[in-house]
Amino acid sequence: MSTLHTVNKSPFDRPSLTSCLNHLMPGDAVLLIEDGVIAARKGSAFSSPLEAAMKDCSVYVLSPDSSARGIGDGDMVSGIETVDYGGFVDLVVKHDRTQSWL
Amino acid sequence: MSEDAKKFLYVNRKAPYGTIYALESLEVVLIGAAFEQEVTLAFLDDGVYQLAKGQETAGVGMKNFSPTYRALGDYDVNKFYVERESLEERGLTEDDLQEITYEDEDDDWAEKPSIRVVNRDEMKKIMSEQDVILSF
Repeated sequence: MSTLHTVNKSPFDRPSLTSCLNHLMPGDAVLLIEDGVIAARKGSAFSSPLEAAMKDCSVYVLSPDSSARGIGDGDMVSGIETVDYGGFVDLVVKHDRTQSWL
Repeated sequence: MSEDAKKFLYVNRKAPYGTIYALESLEVVLIGAAFEQEVTLAFLDDGVYQLAKGQETAGVGMKNFSPTYRALGDYDVNKFYVERESLEERGLTEDDLQEITYEDEDDDWAEKPSIRVVNRDEMKKIMSEQDVILSF
């Protein structure tokens, strides 16, 4: 039993990502979408919280959203995987429930 | 409660009045209550302010919808989980929340509190046990 968590707000604008990371269970996945992708850039204040989360959870970025903001795959915290819209659907199907952090 | 009832969790993370999320959540809970699902409400982050006692909204020209939470017990919505860490971060305690009760039909209609303050680990577990999560 696992949960897919989506975060669509910049962590610099709202505490949605922080709250999400505080409520992860081992085996859960986090998908950063829309302005949520801003957290994924390496060297940001949120790199280490994401690295800590990746010890027992997966972190994904929706690539159309990161590309739109000029964040290339090589610019991201290592360990983060990118997915396209089809991959987003696959993640929803793979987990038991989806929780949006608005 | 039918046997095929699903577990629905409504996650409330926004303060009332500044945005429409809190009121919209309450509206959906009231609608959802008609479908006899197993409903749980979670209040965390600024969402804990939705249950603050003493809300006076005349000055901002908006309807004070906080009394409506007290009516939810009549619709079998009586599990209000409030995150302790979210209260503490905001300088609040359980005493700052309005009293919400329900009548337990399995216990001779005894009046019982609906609000349960839980810590973050308990909240994580509650979230992980749901069939459907609706976020506001």
